[in-house]
Amino acid sequence: MDTREKDIEKLKDYKYGFTTDIENIKAPKGLNKDVIKFISNIKKEPQWMLDFRLKAYERLKLLKEPNWQKPKYPKIDYQDLYYYSAPKSMKDKPKSLDELDPKLLETYKKLGIPLQEQARLNGIAVDAVFDSVSVATTFKGELTKHGIIFCSMSEAIQKHPELVKKYLGTVIPVTDHFFATLNSAVFTDGSFVYIPKGVKCPMELSTYFRINASQTGQFERTLIIADEGSYVSYLEGCTAPMRDENQLHAANVELIALDDAEIKYSTVQNWYPGDENGKGGIYNFVTKRGLCKGKNSKISWTQVETGSAITWKYPSCILKGDNSIGEFYSIAITNNHQKADTGTKMIHLGKNTKSKIISKGISAGFSDMTYRGLVDINSKAKNSSNYTQCDSLLMGNKCGAHTVPYIKNKNIDSNIAHEATTSKISEEQLHYCQQRGLNPEEAVGLIVNGFCKEVLQQLPMEFAVEAQKLVGISLEGSVG
Amino acid sequence: MNEQLQLDFDKIIKTLKISEKEIQLKKSFLNNFKKKGFPNRKQEDWKFLDISQIIKKNIGDLSFFNDYSLPNKINPSIFVDGLEHNKIIFINGRIEKIDFSYEDQSQIEINDEIGKNIKVDNENSLIDLNNAFTNKVYKILIKKNYSLKKPLIIYHSTNNKIKSKNINLSLNFELEENSCLRLIDYFSDNTNKNFVNILYNFNLKKYSILKNYKLDKFRNNNLKYSFNNIEQDDNSISETFILSAGSDYFKNEVNCNLNGQYSSAFINGVFSLKENQQHEIRSTINHLVENTKSYQLIKSVLGKNSKSAYQGRIFVDSKAQKTDGYQLSKAILLDETSEFNAKPELEIYADDVKCSHGSASGSLNENSIFYLMSRGLNYQQSKELLINGFLLDVVEKITDSEIRNLVKNIIGLKE
Repeated sequence: MDTREKDIEKLKDYKYGFTTDIENIKAPKGLNKDVIKFISNIKKEPQWMLDFRLKAYERLKLLKEPNWQKPKYPKIDYQDLYYYSAPKSMKDKPKSLDELDPKLLETYKKLGIPLQEQARLNGIAVDAVFDSVSVATTFKGELTKHGIIFCSMSEAIQKHPELVKKYLGTVIPVTDHFFATLNSAVFTDGSFVYIPKGVKCPMELSTYFRINASQTGQFERTLIIADEGSYVSYLEGCTAPMRDENQLHAANVELIALDDAEIKYSTVQNWYPGDENGKGGIYNFVTKRGLCKGKNSKISWTQVETGSAITWKYPSCILKGDNSIGEFYSIAITNNHQKADTGTKMIHLGKNTKSKIISKGISAGFSDMTYRGLVDINSKAKNSSNYTQCDSLLMGNKCGAHTVPYIKNKNIDSNIAHEATTSKISEEQLHYCQQRGLNPEEAVGLIVNGFCKEVLQQLPMEFAVEAQKLVGISLEGSVG
Repeated sequence: MNEQLQLDFDKIIKTLKISEKEIQLKKSFLNNFKKKGFPNRKQEDWKFLDISQIIKKNIGDLSFFNDYSLPNKINPSIFVDGLEHNKIIFINGRIEKIDFSYEDQSQIEINDEIGKNIKVDNENSLIDLNNAFTNKVYKILIKKNYSLKKPLIIYHSTNNKIKSKNINLSLNFELEENSCLRLIDYFSDNTNKNFVNILYNFNLKKYSILKNYKLDKFRNNNLKYSFNNIEQDDNSISETFILSAGSDYFKNEVNCNLNGQYSSAFINGVFSLKENQQHEIRSTINHLVENTKSYQLIKSVLGKNSKSAYQGRIFVDSKAQKTDGYQLSKAILLDETSEFNAKPELEIYADDVKCSHGSASGSLNENSIFYLMSRGLNYQQSKELLINGFLLDVVEKITDSEIRNLVKNIIGLKE
């Protein structure tokens, strides 16, 4: 085996599949009022927050799990999950990075986010969420100078209750669908971002999520508010250790853009996808929704989905403000037995609203990929337009690629255009690349990267490089 | 409703001369329907237009028994002029006449097959309803190597004897090897507020050709549902054209199974809707073997308070390499209150395929109107000319020139 092959061998394994031995504090197993109170209590939450959770819990009892999705999964026993798990050393929260448990820091180093170094060199502010709680937020000083609030959700509930109270649950109400409501009841931590009026956030904000403990569900909640005329770019990355069991990840992400504000939200999702026989892996059932509340606001979602046993999410934009813009760029790659049902919803309510959807799906092995999207132009949304393009690439005849767009146009002045194609990598292209000295795997990597280019371009520099590598790794072993 | 169903069902059973076994079969269909009721928006396929609501709103209470003992008078004024054709005439759901006078009688077989119900897609409760209540199921067999000299027109006509009735009818066609049938469904209604439920089954053997044109042009207040199931063997071709413009509600469903290599299916449709009309086309093309082809083009022109929906699904089995599938739906909204919904769906399990779909909707292009007006047309004329061109595109896809001209005349399209 030459070195290059060895490298590939190494890459084939899920790089982030290690676990860290850290003592955990867990809430008792199961879902009931006591567990919710336990979570609320341990986080020293005020009464209104507990009420919010309990209200969601009451609502949850009436709801049924949805079952219209393409990838079916075995029934989840919600009573057999831990809803709270935190590294023990977090009980007394460290004041600075130096006080963090060295083992935790080690974990993040393995993940490729040396927090300390990043704080010093990179100029990207990172908030890391380990199992259920947020462990460290870097770069605080620089951000505070601009009046930007970037902290964990728990901290925000303590320190900025007025903001949290005002916006939490306004985009994803507690009365939403099953998983969103479940999250509202038991969410543990997450990131909170507030950008004050007229501030352009000087750096990329970034969160790393990691599930470490077994039998744990991760339910984080992210809330980003961009006040009038502000701008923020936010990145999110996820990993989890390799386990035989399926773990549930049901996060809620709410974005609110006021007048003239812009939020750019990028995700590189690389949860553990399960082994090649489809055993284990994360169920990624996430609710992400952005509200363009003000005039001329803009929300843009970019996602690279390579991990998870099942990905089931639709980052959406509600275009309420006049002249607001919603964008969705997505690459979803499924290999082996992975399944994905993902897409977006663009709901046009305001005048002159525009939306654009670019979705690239690649499926290989025995996997199944579905693009499901909704474009709904309301009768009041005069002069709105939407452009949708979704392309799928198939590798082999054991996998599937599906496109299910819903198009609703109730407005005479509005235009909707939708295009979709499905194809495979052409023999000519492969031949051409191989003729010039690339081996088949490299050739496929090159062609796939070209196929995804429109989306990769939307990612910030540092992420784009990582994502490009990820695309290559995810498809390893699917050709030939 | 269930009481009414049972009552009417018992009446029908009394009039039919069928065996006990067949009665039991019909009963099981009735029970299925009772269990499920009319489809509603909770079912994915009925999401856009909810038939149970529409029946409630437009008709109210339906009754299901029609007295077929006496013949109805055929009004010759409904016949299509200027085209020699064979006829099957349904009046109020009763077969009044079957006339193949232009054909070689030995090449066509017509059998009453009331015992044999057409079995397709059991999810759909309207098919259960149809199977429970149809009083006659004719099977029409076109023999090997025979092409009908003249097209067959099936007249679906209603007279003022019936109101708030459900009419169920079904026909079963078999086209043997290398045969050809041109079939026009021609709707002319003189009544109000009935619900017509039509079920056709086509069995296309090798090298056979089916051309089916459904023409619903004249404005009426009936609700209609039509289901075509088409099974295709090697090298067979099916062509379906739907003109959906007359009824208050019309849903056309086409389910096409491409079971043989080199078989192909074409579906083209035109919606031309005005006040309070709600129409839908739902197509499912199942590519089940290698080297099959499908093509769909649907265009809508939507006036005041009208609503159209297109749900197209292309399914490609993992065996069906070299599939070529194409779907395009376009809509022009003419009024603030018109609405267009589409769900073009691809479900693909094979990698060496060429599948694509497109959908576009919007208003008439202002620049084109400006261009025409600057050349002396008034606003109304420019609009009409543009719509004419928009629809002509679909009508031109009709491969049979005689029928193409007929359709053009009916719609009033100019070249």
